[in-house]
Amino acid sequence: MATPISAKDLHAGESHTSHDAGAHHGSVTSYAIGFILSVILTVAAFWMVMHGGFSRGTIVSAIVALAIIQVFVHLGFFLHLNFAPDQRWTLVSFGFAVMVVAIILIGSLWIMRNIADNMTDMTKMTPAQAINSPG
Amino acid sequence: MLTESASAHHAHDHHHEEAGATKVFGFWLYLMTDCVLFATLFAGFAVLHDQFAGGVTGRDIFDLKDVGIETAFLLFSSVTYGFAMLSAHRGSKPAVLAWLAITFLFGAGFIGMEIREFSSLIAEGHGPDKSAFLSAFFTLVGTHGGHVTFGLIWMATLMFQMTVLGKPLNAVYISRLACLSLFWHFLDIVWICVFTVVYLMGVL
Repeated sequence: MATPISAKDLHAGESHTSHDAGAHHGSVTSYAIGFILSVILTVAAFWMVMHGGFSRGTIVSAIVALAIIQVFVHLGFFLHLNFAPDQRWTLVSFGFAVMVVAIILIGSLWIMRNIADNMTDMTKMTPAQAINSPG
Repeated sequence: MLTESASAHHAHDHHHEEAGATKVFGFWLYLMTDCVLFATLFAGFAVLHDQFAGGVTGRDIFDLKDVGIETAFLLFSSVTYGFAMLSAHRGSKPAVLAWLAITFLFGAGFIGMEIREFSSLIAEGHGPDKSAFLSAFFTLVGTHGGHVTFGLIWMATLMFQMTVLGKPLNAVYISRLACLSLFWHFLDIVWICVFTVVYLMGVL
């Protein structure tokens, strides 16, 4: 490690980091904050499901919200994604991916719910109804 | 002459910097396509999550205590990988290798628990062929586990190159470590969605 070559390369490594997409590589503090926030958010989600006496709807909305917050905590404190000008294309590509993911998820659930709603549920019919059913 | 070679060195470094930045950005773009892959698997799971075909439901087969431990393993490994990157930027190769080894152990612990879960499910007759729910479950969670396994192989490769092959911690290796760092943190983010949508919602 003490050779002139590695010293040069180290210098390259340091200046390199001020330019690239992973430019803002954080500090022990940022990882510690990210870790503590993640623990709180994860424990809260597990606690709600395992011990909370809440309604199903409340729990689902709460754990989805906790998960979304935790995704952003990871993006900010672990991946160091931010609005610095040199990260513009990183953010643009991320925004595009989020859009595609949303279309796939919302679109699939919407279509499949419509199919389910518009299909006759054969299991809830009497045999005579089933025979006369147009479907 | 001295100035010339110094500036040549500088140009060389600069070339490495730009190549490194482009490489890391290119890897980021790959991860964005991987997001789309996982979105399709999540959409499939969301649609099929209640198609039990008369078989087991999430409440019958999920053990939240194990899921909590797996979650902790991945979260710890994310932080220890972060420390490996901080050591890399500081230029301390022994610290990088130590943190990578710790990260590897947490990742291996996660995969070990997942293999145990999958094999006991299959042994009890709840394999992926039993219901649409189980097919979607094994595909989604298995694809994530496959990614983590690949990350472990990649990590082992980098450790092998830097120890046995004696590669220096230079700009090339720092950008390789940075790519694996993105990959590793990305998999932890996917896991947040897995434990929320598959396991926590599965036992409600």
